[in-house]
This record gives sequence, C-alpha cells and structure tokens, in this order.
Amino acid sequence: MAGTAVRGRLTWQTATVDSLVDETASVRTISLSVPDWGGHQAGQHLDIRLTAEDGYRAERSYSIASAPGEPVAITVERLDDGEVSPYLTEELRVGDEIELRGPIGGYFVWDGGDRAPLLLLAGGSGVVPLRAILRHRSRIGSTVPVRLLYSARSWADVIYRSELGAEPDGVQVSHTLTRQQPPGWTGYARRVDQAMITEVAWPVAQAPLAYVCGPTNFVEAVAADLVALGYPAQRVKTERFGATG
Amino acid sequence: MSPISRGFHRRHEEAEPAGRVPPGQYVTRDFPVLSAGPTPHTPLANWTFSIEGGQSPTSWTWPEFQALPSETVTVDIHCVTRWSKLDTAWTGVSLDVLLDAVSFDDPYVLAFCDGGYTTNLPVADLRGGKAWVAYSYDGGPLPPEHGGPARLLVPHLYFWKSAKWVRGLRLRETDAPGFWEMYGYHMYGDPWREQRYAGD
Repeated sequence: MAGTAVRGRLTWQTATVDSLVDETASVRTISLSVPDWGGHQAGQHLDIRLTAEDGYRAERSYSIASAPGEPVAITVERLDDGEVSPYLTEELRVGDEIELRGPIGGYFVWDGGDRAPLLLLAGGSGVVPLRAILRHRSRIGSTVPVRLLYSARSWADVIYRSELGAEPDGVQVSHTLTRQQPPGWTGYARRVDQAMITEVAWPVAQAPLAYVCGPTNFVEAVAADLVALGYPAQRVKTERFGATG
Repeated sequence: MSPISRGFHRRHEEAEPAGRVPPGQYVTRDFPVLSAGPTPHTPLANWTFSIEGGQSPTSWTWPEFQALPSETVTVDIHCVTRWSKLDTAWTGVSLDVLLDAVSFDDPYVLAFCDGGYTTNLPVADLRGGKAWVAYSYDGGPLPPEHGGPARLLVPHLYFWKSAKWVRGLRLRETDAPGFWEMYGYHMYGDPWREQRYAGD
C-alpha cells in the first residue's frame, strides 16, 4: 500500500463545458475544457464547485470518465433528492463555466504498469472510473486481458452501452440486469453473488488485479466474494459511492 | 471570481443547526462507507490493541480492552467526501486512558489497522477527552463495514482520521503521512478549516 509522492496545492479553476452526452435517461457525460490541467491517472476523481446567484455554494466529487491525455470528462448520475447532480444533468449547457479542482486520489488507479489480468466489477455508475481504465488501456496499446462484470438495474440503465458493446481486443464484458431484462436476454439476471463472481473472475493463480466500484452494499459483497475466492486483499481495490448528490 | 451557475440553487432548505456543520459539508442520515479495500474480519481471539514505541510499549487483548473504563459519547462526524452525520452515539475507551498507560514524549502517532491502513495524528488531538477507540455504535457492536470490531473515533477531524479496524498506535518523534495523506490528503484534516487536501 505504498503511496505516491505528496502533491502540491490543488487550486480551483474555471472549466468550460465542451459537450454533453446523454448516456441514459438519468446519466450524462460532461466534457470540459480545463485551461490548466496537470494530467490525471485512470481511476482518479475531481471536485466540482457550483455557485448560485445568491452566493450559495456546493461541492461534490466525481470520478473522471476520460483516460489520461483525453479532455477531462465526468459522467454524472442524477439523484432525484440531490442538489448538484440534477443541475449538472438537466440545467448545464455547452459553453457554461463551472469550477473544479483535481485530480484527487491515487490508490484506485491503473497506469498500465501492472501486467496482471484485470478484473473490473461495476455496480451502476461505479462503471465510470473503470471506463477510464479501459480507455487508458486502449490508448497505451496494453494487451493486459480484462474481464468486466457490470451490474445495472435494466438495459436502459447501462452507461457507455455502445462503447462497452464494442469489446476491444482482450476485453470481455459481462452484464447482469437485476430488475428488468429485455426479451431474449441471455446475460445474468440477478444481483452479483459468489457463484457469478466465481464464473467471471480470473483464477487466483493468474495473480489478477481487481477494481470494484459501486454502491456500498455492492462493493462489500463483491470484495468479500473475491477474498473468499482467494484474492489477496491488497489485490482488490475498492471505491464506494456513498450518498452524494 | 467564481462563475455563477444560473438556475442552480440550494435544494435543501431545512435549517441545519447553527455551528454544527462545517463549510462545504451537508447533513446525511445515512451512514456511508468509504474504504480502499475489502473489509477485514479479524477473530477477536487474535485481536490486540498496541501502543508501540515509548518507554513501555503496551498491548491489550480483546477481554482486557473490554475491561478498561469505557465512555458513551454522542458526537457529530464529518467525512471529507462532504457528508456530515449529527448525533452519532459511540461507546469505547478514551485515548486518555490508553495513553496514560504508557510513558513517552513523542508528539505524533501513526495509527495502524487490519488491512494495512494507516493515518497520522498529533498526540495533542488524542488527549483531553477528544478521542476514543470505539467498539460500539448506536447501542450495538460496531459493524465490520464501519470499522468493527474497533475503530478510532476522533470526531473533531475529518473522518478518515478515525481509522477503521484499528489495531494500535505507533508513537513517532516526527509527523509522517499515513495512507490517504500520502495520496495528497491533508496531514491534519480540520473540517472547520476545510483541510481536505495538501495545501488547503
């Protein structure tokens, strides 16, 4: 669990919205033009700060959805009782300015240096930092084999559907749809459990590296299943999405 | 000058108690979980709490620890990911009790935990009825995902300083970064001064 070097001060800067892409009915990817971005690693996050006309401010953290070297993008899921996510997913327009600072975090990252097979396990919008890892893998021409298991409520809730459907060489994507499945669905149709993890996960003997991201109950269950399979705890990196809005 | 987001406004108008919520935080009634790896499960028979270094290193087994004088406290907690939770009730052993059992001059500690997590704290922040090793939450045993069997409770600092699955303190002459501090989080972490990241 050795760390990287301590960084200097993270300052707020103004970014401009370059493009907006609706991923699902409640999820939007926001690409940003950031004048002074020092680069990031796949898996890191950033902080967004909004200021209202009356001076009220709110800050939230979002995983970075783009690979290092690509324009900074975040993918935001609207939480109906949230404060920031409804604005970002419904009100924000191309050309608007928002403040951000980052990148933040250095543990839940993948830089391609570890040659181990990758196991990516996503619950809902937990797929966002894992997508950054997949894009980074493609950009650097890595041949590390990847298995992604993505749990969503329904097919309509699957983020990056076409991108993941393209399955680049060496990437195997499995879906489980926990609430509703389209007619003729042949994927999994239940919450992730030990049997599913055992089927999807790389054998322990291949010394794989696992990244698990999603809501707390998903991450708790999946991480425990991996440890039960024999994955060493230090090869299971987790990021939990708590209540943020 | 911050750009104004037209159409953005405060959504939650319910008055938060004055002076209870640090800047940039919002109140949640959930108890979110954040940790970097799987939740460890150490059998109580193998559990100890140790203070390493100083002139008289000390260690308590689980039964010995349970026999120490305990306190039940109700405190507000503040996570660097911006949630705050008010009036949380904990039972545990005051760090005053634990530190009084050893003789030392070191001004810092590095707390260490099952799973390899560490975090650094000044000794002054652990004394004076401000910090505990808690083994009970809300009247029941502390659930593993929240740091059970025992975690640090240092509510006046951001909650990453309240290390889950804590197994002891290493006394130190100098302040050395712990796990999140090495990744750029603040060395001290005062929520009232918004010390989230290095340089804040």
